[in-house]
Amino acid sequence: MSGVRVLVGTRKGAFILTSDGKRDQWQVTGPHFPGFELYHVKGSPVNPDRIYASQSSGWFGQLMQRSDDGGLTWNTVGNDFTYDGVPGTHQWYDGTPHPWEFKRVWHIEPSLTDADVVYAGVEDAGLFRSADGGATWSELSGLRKHGSGPRWAPGAGGLCLHTIILDPSNAQRMYVAISAAGTFRTDDGGETWSAINRGLRSEFLPEPTAEVGHCVHKIAMHPSRPGTLFMQKHWDVMRSNDGGDNWHEISGNLPTDFGFAIDVHAHEPETLYVLPITSDAHHFVPDGKLRVYRSRSGGNEWEALSNGLPQENCYVNVLRDAMAVDTLDECGVYFGTTGGQVYVSPDGGDHWSAIVRDLPAVLSVEVQTLP
Amino acid sequence: MRPPSVRVVLPSLLRDLAGVPGELALQVARPVSQRTVIDAIEATYPMLRGTLRDPATGKRRALVRFYACEQDLSYHDADTPLPDAVSLGTEPYLVVGAIAGG
Repeated sequence: MSGVRVLVGTRKGAFILTSDGKRDQWQVTGPHFPGFELYHVKGSPVNPDRIYASQSSGWFGQLMQRSDDGGLTWNTVGNDFTYDGVPGTHQWYDGTPHPWEFKRVWHIEPSLTDADVVYAGVEDAGLFRSADGGATWSELSGLRKHGSGPRWAPGAGGLCLHTIILDPSNAQRMYVAISAAGTFRTDDGGETWSAINRGLRSEFLPEPTAEVGHCVHKIAMHPSRPGTLFMQKHWDVMRSNDGGDNWHEISGNLPTDFGFAIDVHAHEPETLYVLPITSDAHHFVPDGKLRVYRSRSGGNEWEALSNGLPQENCYVNVLRDAMAVDTLDECGVYFGTTGGQVYVSPDGGDHWSAIVRDLPAVLSVEVQTLP
Repeated sequence: MRPPSVRVVLPSLLRDLAGVPGELALQVARPVSQRTVIDAIEATYPMLRGTLRDPATGKRRALVRFYACEQDLSYHDADTPLPDAVSLGTEPYLVVGAIAGG
């Protein structure tokens, strides 16, 4: 029977949760790298035993780890993320120019076709690529040099490139999202980039429909429909049917359209999941109730999923990289909370249970479906 | 004759990362300075590269301090020779994570 391996990054280490296809009995290993922040841990789709991890510390900086045996052992790989050329300035919180400075790796995206190729999204926002399994990194600086860089500004978490989506049908196309700059697309493998934010509206901007400056929290795509994108923005859940050229709102009947995480069912490209958060002032779920919302119509009509989730006195957050789906026949959905719980639904969201309840605050959740 | 080893004490997180239970004992190029000590740390324990100083700028990380012989050497020039007691191995070179975060 096939199984799953859930890779969990937390504020104080990484954990690996494994189960067979039933997903009701779990083995837990960790903490790996105890005491460090693990912003993201993700495996290669080409070689699932190759896993990359972003390990950082306010004291000791950024480290990158790689496992070639499914997380049993790890080796430190390259951590030199030097921007290409003179990086210049972006906007600071008060609108003044601020020098670009590398802080940490937020997101790792292994190639769909080559286990040695991997992308890293970093703070201050930039996109790096390694072609040697993480030993060395080079910036794809066409993104930062798009021309709008001096107008990018940090969100509350920093000026971070947190989403990287590789188009499975076109090796030259990829998407990235940056808080708070917006969404960008390349059609030439990362050499040149276009801002694709038409249709987004952000009231905190002097010009709410500006080309850049939007606080996009996360983008999701179903691999069978690479031209269709779904977005959880700071406020608003959005959809594009044309590769990001135009966006329209699909928040519909959500109790709040603020949130971080968004994902798509593995086998139903019009089934979406979001986890509404009260507001940007109250980074916890509404009404003390932990509820995932599912749309089976590509947005606008949403149903609350709460079976097995706490429905009183719950005040956790779910961060942007902390939701994932597996690809088993009955799609599993997973998310982790800032309260240290990791939940699984083995039936597409109808029933939930906690795999673990008392980890450090969860930063990221990824799932590998194993043969 | 081989010069005496330089003793280095790391914070616990970095000891764990390097897989060493206690003090390091390093052969360090002479004259012994903070730069040559950190060069030796990174050469012997490559998993620690960039943890004490920024790999791009070479500057000490803001929340890392360097002490020896009851002196704070954090702001000393990296190429200034360390006290003889450090180069002779009678006193350790201390890498300290600043108390921060409550």
